[in-house]
Amino acid sequence: MSLFSLFRRGTAPVARERLQVLLAHERIARGKADLLNVLREEILAVIARHVLFEPDKVRIKMDRGKSLSTLEVDIEIPSGLSGNVSAQ
Amino acid sequence: MAHVLVVTSGKGGVGKTTSTAALGAALAHLGDKVVVIDFDVGLRNLDLVMGAERRVVFDLINVIHGVAKLPQALIRDKRLENLFLLPASQTRDKDALTEDGVAKIIAELRTKFDWVICDSPAGIERGATLAMRHTDSAIVVTNPEVSSVRDSDRIVGLLDSKTIKAERGERITKHVLITRYDSSRAARGEMLSIHDILEILSTPLLGIIPESQEVLRASNLGSPVTLSNAGSAPARAYFDAARRLKGEKIPITIPIENKGIFYKLFGRKAA
Repeated sequence: MSLFSLFRRGTAPVARERLQVLLAHERIARGKADLLNVLREEILAVIARHVLFEPDKVRIKMDRGKSLSTLEVDIEIPSGLSGNVSAQ
Repeated sequence: MAHVLVVTSGKGGVGKTTSTAALGAALAHLGDKVVVIDFDVGLRNLDLVMGAERRVVFDLINVIHGVAKLPQALIRDKRLENLFLLPASQTRDKDALTEDGVAKIIAELRTKFDWVICDSPAGIERGATLAMRHTDSAIVVTNPEVSSVRDSDRIVGLLDSKTIKAERGERITKHVLITRYDSSRAARGEMLSIHDILEILSTPLLGIIPESQEVLRASNLGSPVTLSNAGSAPARAYFDAARRLKGEKIPITIPIENKGIFYKLFGRKAA
């Protein structure tokens, strides 16, 4: 402790605390974004083995609640393009 | 065996280019063959900091597009014969960088150099992700300031997910290089301490570069600070960091400039 700090407490402890709180939240958010991307790629790879679809017509959404989370996968399959199921 | 190293940070203005030039020159001075690559297409500055701005003929984008061969674009440093610069293009934008083109250049440089040091642009867009793509290890340049630490945390996340090594399931070696550190302000609690930064980022430390007028003086002269004034506090800190990169075990200290007894008293207390 220098004499100086007796008169004025520095602002560094505030900076540290704000960063710790913020980064804890941001790291969780990043983890979620990555999970959704992984799920998206793996789910589409499985479906693409059996059904033809346009990658643009796919929506994947995840809602996280306190007691229940849902994963919604919405894939538009054009009529006449779903023919190779029996071929696999 | 070549080692590919990216100098990155997320935030701009924290000292990536200064550190790339200083560490590249230090490693070359220690006897290794070094190439520094500027990935900041459209806003190149490594040429200026190295004092080679008037010798640029071909650049990274010319090599990617096949306009020039790699050896034609490499600029040999006038002070150290084993230090080379591959400049970025000033007239193109970052979309001119292609993944294949960068892969080929890095692969060719690996066969010719001990160190391939990639100076990343700020941000997390194409230029920054391509600069880190092929890297073996990373230096995350961080200032003791909240926005810089936050951006460093983001970059650490990208290094662990977007690099080729990470995608193969291997670990990227990452180190924090703290620049513009003022030990007297940290001691007074006005600036995040080294301990705070390392605890928040949970990444090991490569070195601490003290805030110094020598850094501005060196860039004014167009010389890496490790060559313009090798005895100055920031140069000694960069040389120590370079030796740590080479695997030497050197205890981390904060070099202090000789500024009289008042400064020394405060400085010692902090270190």
